[in-house]
This record gives sequence, C-alpha cells and structure tokens, in this order.
Amino acid sequence: MAVTVTTSGKRSLLAGGVADTIGRLLRMRETGLILIILALFVAMSFASPYFLTWNNMRAMAMAFAVEGIVVVGMTILLISGGIDLSVGSVTALAMVIAGLLFLAGVDPWIASAVAILACTAIGAGMGLVVTRIGLHHFIVSLGVMVIARGLCLLGTGGRPLGLYTLPAEFKFIGQGMIGPIPLVIIIFVVVVIAFDFLLRRTTMFRKVFYTGSNEKAAAYSGIRTKRVVFLTTTLCSALCGVAGVIYMARFGSAQPTFGIGMELNVIAAAVIGGASLSGGTGTIFGAILGTILLSVVSSSLALLDVSVYWQDIIRGSILLTAVTIDHYLNKRRG
Amino acid sequence: MPAGANEQPILKITGLKKSFGPIQALRGVDFELLRGEVHALAGENGAGKSTLMNIIDGILKPDAGEIRLDGEVVSITSPAMAQKLGIGFVHQEIALCPDITVAENIFMGVTASSRSVLMNYSSLERRAAEILHRLGDIDPTVLVRTLSISQQQLVEIAKALTLDCRILILDEPTAALTEREAQVLFEIMRKLTTQGISIIYISHRMAEIFDNCDRVTVLRDGQYITTMNVAETTPAAVVSAMVGRVIDDLYPPKQDAADRSDHVILDVRKLSERRRFQDISFQLRRGEILGLAGLIGAGRSEIAKGVCRLEGEVTGEVWLHGRKLSLGQYADSIAEGIVYLSEDRKGDGLFLDMSIATNVSALKVEQVASALGVIDERAEKAQAEQLGARLNLKCSHVSQPVSALSGGNQQKVAIAKMLSVGPNVIFLDEPTRGVDVGAKSEIHRILRELARSGVGIVVISSELPELIGVCDRVLVVREGRIAGELTGEEMTEDRIIYLASMGDERRLAS
Repeated sequence: MAVTVTTSGKRSLLAGGVADTIGRLLRMRETGLILIILALFVAMSFASPYFLTWNNMRAMAMAFAVEGIVVVGMTILLISGGIDLSVGSVTALAMVIAGLLFLAGVDPWIASAVAILACTAIGAGMGLVVTRIGLHHFIVSLGVMVIARGLCLLGTGGRPLGLYTLPAEFKFIGQGMIGPIPLVIIIFVVVVIAFDFLLRRTTMFRKVFYTGSNEKAAAYSGIRTKRVVFLTTTLCSALCGVAGVIYMARFGSAQPTFGIGMELNVIAAAVIGGASLSGGTGTIFGAILGTILLSVVSSSLALLDVSVYWQDIIRGSILLTAVTIDHYLNKRRG
Repeated sequence: MPAGANEQPILKITGLKKSFGPIQALRGVDFELLRGEVHALAGENGAGKSTLMNIIDGILKPDAGEIRLDGEVVSITSPAMAQKLGIGFVHQEIALCPDITVAENIFMGVTASSRSVLMNYSSLERRAAEILHRLGDIDPTVLVRTLSISQQQLVEIAKALTLDCRILILDEPTAALTEREAQVLFEIMRKLTTQGISIIYISHRMAEIFDNCDRVTVLRDGQYITTMNVAETTPAAVVSAMVGRVIDDLYPPKQDAADRSDHVILDVRKLSERRRFQDISFQLRRGEILGLAGLIGAGRSEIAKGVCRLEGEVTGEVWLHGRKLSLGQYADSIAEGIVYLSEDRKGDGLFLDMSIATNVSALKVEQVASALGVIDERAEKAQAEQLGARLNLKCSHVSQPVSALSGGNQQKVAIAKMLSVGPNVIFLDEPTRGVDVGAKSEIHRILRELARSGVGIVVISSELPELIGVCDRVLVVREGRIAGELTGEEMTEDRIIYLASMGDERRLAS
C-alpha cells in the first residue's frame, strides 16, 4: 500500500496586516451606519434648505441625546443577554417621583436623587427576579412596564404635573447652554464616551460580553454570571432614572404618559447598531449611531412633511433592512 | 467480508467535486459501498468527509461527478429525497426537540409526511417501544430533555431506523457513548447488515473501525487516497494515509524514572457530594498523568467539577502543594490554579462568536489589564499568540472568531485558556472528543510536556485506548465511588471495564 508523504502548510500566527485591518473596518457595522447617515445628510441638504442649519442640528441632537442615555443602558443589557421593555415607563416614573416630591416641598436635587434611586431599586428588583427565580427578562420587564405606568398615572391622576417653580439652577441641566452647545448634549457625549470606553476596555464590562456570548462557558470560566446580569439590569433602570430627571429639567414638568413606545425605539437603535437579541455582541458607538440614524430619519421626514403614520412604517422598515443586511454579512463571514 | 462482495455496489460515486468559493472541499472523490457492508470513512477534520456525506444526503449539490444508486445515476436534491431513496443520516450533532417525547421525536419525519390530521399517540408509542427495544432501555413516553446525551444519540439512531433505509450513514455515533453503549450499537450495526443494509461509518477511533468495519476509505485534503480491506491492513497504515505522513507512535512516551517524584501536587481527602459522589480520596503526584475512567454517569466529571468547586455542595478537603485550601467558588479555585476543561467544548467551553484572544484570556482577564481594570489589548493578543505558538495552534490571526477554527484547533484554544492562568492542576474532561488524529496526538504530547514541567494533569476519557495510552495511573469510578486503581501493566481495557461495571449485571450482560 502506497502512502504519499506531505506536510500540511501552516498559516502564520501573525496578524494579517494593513489590508486586513481595512477589510475589517469596512465590514464593521459602524462604518456602514456612518456612510448611510452622511448620505442622508447630503440628500437632505439638497431637499430642504433648513436641514443643515445650526438650529435644526441642535434640535435633532436634543431629540436623541436624552434617549441616547437609555440606549446606553439597553445596549449593555442586551449584550449581557437580557432585555428591558420597561424603560419608557421607568423613565416616566422617575419624572413623576421627582415631580411629586418637589411639589411636596422637597429640594429638587434631593427629589431627583430619590427618583434615580427608586429606578435603580426597580432594576435591582427585576434583576433579582430574573437571576434568583429564573424568569425571563422579557416577561419580568413587561410586567414592570405596566406596573410603572400604572404608578405614574396613579400618582398624578393622569395629568401632567406643571413644575413652574423649579429653580433655574435645576432647569439648567435640561435647558442650559455651555457656549453654543446645550448642556444636555454635553452630558450625553460624556456618558457615551465613558461607557463606550468602559465596555470596550475594562475587565468588568468584558465579563458582560462573556456572559452574553455563552452564559455557561462564562460560569465555567469562573465568572459570576448571575451577578453580571443583575448588575446590567440594575444599570439600565438607573440610567432610565437619570434620563427621566433630565427630561423633567428640560420640560419643566412631569408627564405620566411620557415615553410610551420608547422601549421599541431604544431596542431598535441598539439592534441597528449591532447589538444582538441573543447577547454577546454590540457596541455603544454603534447603538448611538443607530439612535442618530433613526432620529435623522424622523426629523427628515417631518421636514419633508411626510405624514406621521408613514414615519412609523419607514422606521420599522429601516430596522428590518438593517437586521437583514447584517444577517447576510455575518453569514458570509462565517 | 460482506456477502456477495462481487455484485454491483449499492452506491457508487465517481469524480465528485465541490468547491466553496476558493476552497476546494472535494477534488474528484470516488467511493463505493457494497450491499451489507460496514464501510468506514476516515480522514482528518477538513478532509472532506462531511462534504461527501452532505452531498449523499442531498444537503449540498456537487459541482461535478456522478452518483449511482443500484447502478442508476441519481441526482439527490434534498434530504427528503435522500430519505425516499433509502438513505438515512445520523448526524454527529444531536438535533432532537427537547420538549416533546422520545416517541414523537422518533416519528417526526413520518408524522410530517403523514396525511392524518390527528396524532395517534398510543400507536406512536407502541412502535417507538419496538424500535427502542432493540437499542436499549429508553422509555418512549419521556421528554427528550430528561435523557442523557448517550441516550439521545440512541434516539437519533432509532429515528433513522424508522425510515426503512438501505444506506445508513453514522457520523461519529460513539462520540458521546460509553464503551458498553458503543458495543450495543455495534451489535445493532451487525444485525442491520445481515438484513442487507449498508452502513457508512465515520469515526476517528481506529479500534472501532478495525473491530466493526469491513472496508475503510481514506480521504485527505478533499482527495480520495485509498480503500483497504480492514482485515488486510493495520491501524498505523490507516492513520498514516489520513495524515499523509508516518505516525510511528500514537501516544507519547510515558513517565520515565526521571519524572517520577514523591511530591504530591493535589491531595483530595474524603470528598463527597450529596448525590453525585462519596468518599473520594486520591493523590496526584508531580510528573504523572492521572486518568479517571468509568461509565458515563458514574461521576467522573462530577468529581472533577467538585474538586474545582464548579458545582454541587461538596464536603471534604482539598490540599494543594501541602496546603489545605478553603475553597469557595470556582473563581477561588482558578485563583489557586486549579482549572477544569469542559467536555462540551461548544456548549460551555468556549465563546464561539468571540475572538481567539478574548477566549484565551477569559479565565483571568485581570491578568492582561492594568490595576484599574483597563484591558491592554496588545498584551491580550500577545498572550494568545504565545500560548497558540506553544500549542501549535493553526489560525490566521488571534482576532479571528473561534467558530472559524476546526475542532482540534478549537480544543487548543480551550487548552490555551487553561494554560493562561499558569495552572497547578488541570482537569481535562474528554480532551480529544471530536478532534482529528493529528491534533489528538499533539494534545497528548502537550499533556505529557505539561506533566513534565510540573503541572498536575487529570484526564477523564471514555476512550479506553486513550486513557491507557496517555495516563500513568488510572482511577476507575463506579457509582460515585472509586472502584479501583490501576498502574503500569495493570491498565488494560478489560480490567478497566470490569472495575467500571462490576456488580452491575445489566450493563455487563452485553
């Protein structure tokens, strides 16, 4: 019996070089999103003379800045393998709690701190139910979504609370400007940069990726996965609290019906930005680009006088298109 | 030899070609299957076995070549059509629905094509029981979720048997089975061949091929190499044909006198877990590779996980280098350098969609980070590259996702992950399951080197030749207790099986 003798070729362990880096950059979700957003900007600047004005830019940024803080929390939670449908109601509840306390004579800063703590406690509660009892995030947060909305309506009798006496220093958070830039946008940028760095580079948040990618393998790597999920759930609600307080400062009122449907927007933004509902993948930068894309599209459609009904249809289509394209890109890569 | 070796083959494949983009998976493969024979298909991972089988099963379409069934040219376009032509395929990966009963799973294909609207459960269960009776003790009315992996494998085989097939393809069917269960399967295979069914048997285990197959065809790099009568060849010749070079010795040399030491690395004293194991005491000495043998379910993995504090309420003592450990959780064990390599690489060993580098660092990310917890990506990659080079890992770069690697290379990533913490003791649970022959002997060599360098190595394996070939000493576990210890010449398959199943007559009577 004849057997030929060959040695199999070995590929080197060295990194693939410049071409490889560029290739990887092109395949990255973020690059595609930036290109799409730029294309939209160019198209809209021709379609509407108002679009590229400073005022419109600022209005658009204001529109997504506060919601962007919630997107950060949602993205981290999605990466860990969870999901939170209660973000809209919990944001509204933060407004209502802080508003009611303020009307009862509590200092607005303390009232805000209490509201944020209350939201954090709600998140911790959800985290405990998910990790200790073992219920699914979807169901738990669905329940909390309805309960928190009910509490908002109960606390206010269903009517917005006018907070006309809010001190100017407090309103500054939501309405103030530093130079030509609204403070809200600065807060947003700081939160985004901070969490993007934390998520990409710290051991603490790397464990979020391990847990979401394969919870059992994470446990078999000595990671306390339940604690990770508990913390990401808590963080998401805490950031909703922060967003709620900023909204209150911006509007000068507390609105019990605020944020209905926000969860869908926020989840859509994170998913367009590359987060997976099955956990393990996602970036803050991508999710924020998703938020920006959705916001630019909304404001463009409004400028073009497209009916609001059409706007929903278009936004939904963008979500499906983004996810479908990504699905095929990933398939080809794998 | 099969009866009627001279008659027309039931399946004849000539010049089969298939490319995926630039990669040529099959470059003109020939294959011939006779009626009633068990024909082994051997080759390393990536040799083209799966592609060939997937073409026969209609999952993939060939680019060129001819398939003849009973002398007639056929074009198989879907698995459903393959079934109609009498080709049954038992995949290596278990694809059962966990939340429905065994009977419903077995007849899933039949139910799908049935014209009746209502399910006839009692007839389903009765027919399932008939088939399962041939395979072993499985209750057709229980949910698949409650079965062990090996039982699920048997259900998969039962499922293929219901389809009335002429050709049965078994892809590594014994990977999750114990020796005993595998013997039962081999007996069933023999019964099937007497009924005229032909079997294509894919396996990495030479012993199985030589004990149970009539002929063996070897593929390498998408090419047909040779077909041999098993009776006229040797395992070494088959392995050489598979890897394209002569492998003189399948296993590395054992511990020599210079390695022998009285220094005890790990001392486990009276370790018990309520239900899983009782009164486990053993010592692991410097320089030796210790094996844990036993039937699946005997408690081997549970003992390893217990020592590592991965699961269970464990009582007893664990001493490391003469120091008693107060073990809390697995994270504490990792800190002491006691780590566990999981038997289920894909399920709980690796993060498949993450990069090689992030997988390697997962046990202790803090190691490649600053005191403030900021990860140094360069250090993380360097760590993976260094350990990868040591283990001869084949990849294009360490940022590649693990899912892009072959089974053997994935296992090397899993081992690199263990080595990243500079371990004192590694428990390796089925370290070469689903790994091709070349990578397998490399892993064995690595284990010996590690043992020599002072790392305590404990190997759990259901493959007895591997345990005997690699280990210096074997503990046999039966029903949660250590049934015996074998060293040197005492380590034979017979003695291990005897100790592993002693007193359990049902299992012995095969």
